[in-house]
Amino acid sequence: MASADSTKTSGIRANRLPEEVYARNFADAHPALTPNQALVESDRCLFCYDAPCVQACPTGIDIPSFIRKIATGNIKGSAQDILSENACGALCARVCPTEVLCEGSCVRNLQEHKPVAIGALQRYATDWVFDRGVQVFQRAADTGRRIAVVGGGPAGLSCAHRLATLGHSVTVFEAHDKLGGLNEYGVAAYKVAGGIAQREVDYLLEVGGIEVRFGQRLGKELSLAALRRDFDAVFLGIGLGAVNALGIDEPAIDGVYDAIDYIADLRQSQALATLPVGRSVVVIGGGMTAIDIATQIRRLGAEDVTIVYRRGPEQMGASTKEQDWAQTNGVRIKHWARPTGLLSDGGHLAGVAFEYTRLDDQQRLAGTGERFELPADMLFKAIGQVLVRDSLDGQVGLLDTASGRIAVDAERRTSLPGVWAGGDCVAGGRDLTVEAVQDGKLAALSIDRALRPAQASGVRHG
Amino acid sequence: MADLSSSFVGIRSPNPFWLASAPPTDKAYNVNRAFEAGWGGVVWKTLGEDPPIVNVSGPRYGALLGTARNLIGFNNIELITDRLLDVNLREIRQVKRDWPDRALAVSLMVPCEERAWKTILPMVEDTGADGIELNFGCPHGMSERGMGSAVGQVPEYVEMVVRWCKENSRLPVIVKLTPNVTNILAPARAAQRGGADAVSLINTVSAIMSVDLDGMTPSPSVGGRGAHGGYCGPAVKPIALRMLGEIARDPECRGVPLSGIGGIATWRDAAEFMALGASNVQVCTAAMVYGFKVVEDMIDGLVNWMDAKGYRSVPEFVGKAVPNFVDWEQLDLNYTVKARIDQSLCIRCGRCHIACEDTSHQAITRERDGKRHFEVIDAECVGCNLCVNVCPVDQCITLESLPVGTPDPRTGQPVRSYANWTSHPNNPAQRAPAATAPVK
Ligand SMILES: Cc1cc2nc3c(=O)[nH]c(=O)nc-3n(C[C@H](O)[C@H](O)[C@H](O)COP(=O)(O)OP(=O)(O)OC[C@H]3O[C@@H](n4cnc5c(N)ncnc54)[C@H](O)[C@@H]3O)c2cc1C
Ligand SMILES: Cc1cc2nc3c(=O)[nH]c(=O)nc-3n(C[C@H](O)[C@H](O)[C@H](O)COP(=O)(O)O)c2cc1C
Ligand code: SF4
Repeated sequence: MASADSTKTSGIRANRLPEEVYARNFADAHPALTPNQALVESDRCLFCYDAPCVQACPTGIDIPSFIRKIATGNIKGSAQDILSENACGALCARVCPTEVLCEGSCVRNLQEHKPVAIGALQRYATDWVFDRGVQVFQRAADTGRRIAVVGGGPAGLSCAHRLATLGHSVTVFEAHDKLGGLNEYGVAAYKVAGGIAQREVDYLLEVGGIEVRFGQRLGKELSLAALRRDFDAVFLGIGLGAVNALGIDEPAIDGVYDAIDYIADLRQSQALATLPVGRSVVVIGGGMTAIDIATQIRRLGAEDVTIVYRRGPEQMGASTKEQDWAQTNGVRIKHWARPTGLLSDGGHLAGVAFEYTRLDDQQRLAGTGERFELPADMLFKAIGQVLVRDSLDGQVGLLDTASGRIAVDAERRTSLPGVWAGGDCVAGGRDLTVEAVQDGKLAALSIDRALRPAQASGVRHG
Repeated sequence: MADLSSSFVGIRSPNPFWLASAPPTDKAYNVNRAFEAGWGGVVWKTLGEDPPIVNVSGPRYGALLGTARNLIGFNNIELITDRLLDVNLREIRQVKRDWPDRALAVSLMVPCEERAWKTILPMVEDTGADGIELNFGCPHGMSERGMGSAVGQVPEYVEMVVRWCKENSRLPVIVKLTPNVTNILAPARAAQRGGADAVSLINTVSAIMSVDLDGMTPSPSVGGRGAHGGYCGPAVKPIALRMLGEIARDPECRGVPLSGIGGIATWRDAAEFMALGASNVQVCTAAMVYGFKVVEDMIDGLVNWMDAKGYRSVPEFVGKAVPNFVDWEQLDLNYTVKARIDQSLCIRCGRCHIACEDTSHQAITRERDGKRHFEVIDAECVGCNLCVNVCPVDQCITLESLPVGTPDPRTGQPVRSYANWTSHPNNPAQRAPAATAPVK
């Protein structure tokens, strides 16, 4: 491409940065540990009794054990420990907010305010087996049972993989034409550089027993009733689809974007320079999506990026570390303000009007009456997603979705016999990849128990 | 400020830190650099008869490393100097001339024949060197040829060679002992009988460093095969200390000056050797790992410690711990301690709990009110120190002694005053109560 547009040109433009800067800005944000770094870091693990990190990991990986195996040079055993609890261990090593999970509970925080780098070590071990093509799983003998898994995100993949490993035959129905769900379409690009999402998918499918059917959307090409009829069990891992509305007038002007859609385009883009980027960007929201879109749009060359969130830093869905990361990338975060209207100029977004907020006596959010405007040629809505209930077709009445998401029990059974669910589409979670993985695993174990009640089951490693 | 100047068997040096006979002292180039860095003295790399020995051209070292590649133990299959005797002697003469205030002893190893010693001794004396050290310790290669530890392991040979040296030289004779013996007192006493001026110890410990699991050979592998070597560095310090203390407290060896060697890497290590009887110390591995600059911490660390303790010169504390080094049977069996966990330092890793629970006395809790909580159960604690040793936080667990007369919750009995095994009722060879309390 010829000379790049500067970051100072107003309006929405492609090509804001010199060509080579894109590659740098979207490379691995936290490069892999070298073998020596991994050794030194693994030595910091104290091999705690009843380790707090294990309890803090939603998938319950035996962390002291996998770290010790890195220290002893038994990297395959280490990866086995990780992947047998968390099939998406390579992804989670990169995307988990470890500061609020395992690393947040590391006893080294008390000793020296610096936890063992559990995420980085987990990546080291899983990369090791991926890079060498070392498969740690071996599929058990075929059970003759058939299970439908709807949705190929972390929840669906984890469920399918565990079921296949246990010897069941799994068919994954996926609406898109790639597996991975938000790992592939959502998570920030610089967290999962190097095509790791697809490498992980390939690794998991390698175990065998999993048939994948793309372009199959529940509610369109598929019906839950048919799946229940044709399969021994059904797992729903369809994530969330629809994006929340801002709750204000949204006139038909250009410059207003849905963050999730934009990120999906970004993740699939082969030429980042062609993406449209504003000069002054406002992001509305307080979760991981808000952080990710703000940071990535900055890295695509936006000059000013402001996240506006209606509550304080403590209430943000994004962890402190995520907030710091955005700020380090030059993103400004404004708290306690909500949008009241969009300003336009000739059909283009020109700014966003806000009102400051506070909590009233009953701890409810209320406007203070004080207002301000931010100039903006681009606005991202990153205010959360909701379950697309339509996709559950005629059966929606039978599935308990009263809370807005699918209700499940501790084993991830829905209210509908023979149907399990997990991941973002179920109620009660924190919308994290690692929790989706755990849901899928728990559901698979429950399905396995249901399909052969009397037998003991266990994963075999190869 | 404390005075570090040292006089060992009449050999004066500005400080008690000498480099042991080894690669760091193999030639003038290294020794000059060592003296520039501040080392008080050197024992020149062991000289032998011409023609010189040859070393392997493959790897000669191996190491025991911590996970972070910190060197814990060091192994070598190097022999004595592989340079011509005359070259070494010329350099020794020049170095001594250039550094008159530093100690320069020369290590020797020639066959166990009086002729051989009679030949080499005058040559060394002629260089102006301050003393000789007899290498009766090298446990590999040379020992196969009837030298080194092959001599050090036979007290009669030790005594005989020392006598030859005393008869044929005016220089002070230091006898360097091998640790590869069952009783270190035998060669030490033999050296004393032969008239040695001093004993130095330890030389290296016979060892195989590791096994190469690909090549299926001991490491380091020299073209597919490995030989045992000599082990040294921090890992051997406890072995060296014990042997040193054994000689220091031996009535027959009383008064023989001792030079402490083995795993000394810091001023604190050096002070420990001195407290256990060494008048000076020698260092090899620490210098080979860090370079000669390590001596700086040894020097000012020791001065600072001595100043803090009020010692004005090294002899004031040499041997001070020796009277407290006793046989087990002299230990106070009534002395009672309990582990104490400082909850403000505890990071709740639980290592103390699992160590005690799985392998010892089930004397540390794991929770209180449903929360992780590690606390000593006095009624079970035998004061073994295991928890202190496994706790990752310094000073988090300490041992508190129960004063005489207070009840021990474990036994239900009050703590009694000093009594040892010799008078214990369970001792079949019980003797009359001995009233020797430890020296404070
Ligand atoms: C921008 C963004 C960034 C994020 N960053 C992080 C992060 O850094 N760390 C973290 O832990 N979490 C992060 N998350 C959350 C995380 O991605 C999700 O919690 C996780 O992907 C949920 O997995 P899932 O399998 O339930 O759903 P999804 O990943 O959404 O997967 C659902 C799958 O089902 C398919 N599908 C949907 N509807 C149908 C249908 N009707 N029929 C068939 N298939 C269907 C979809 O195509 C998709 O493949 C982020 C989320 C977003 C949006
Ligand atoms: C490579 C190497 C070569 C050695 N060569 C000799 C030697 O020629 N003569 C000798 O008396 N001791 C020799 N030693 C033993 C050292 O002088 C010393 O006694 C031993 O290493 C213990 O001290 P340290 O733990 O400080 O290294 C050698 C040691 C090493 C590591
Ligand atoms: S080993 Fe030390 S830090 Fe760990 S729980 Fe015990 S007392 Fe606390």
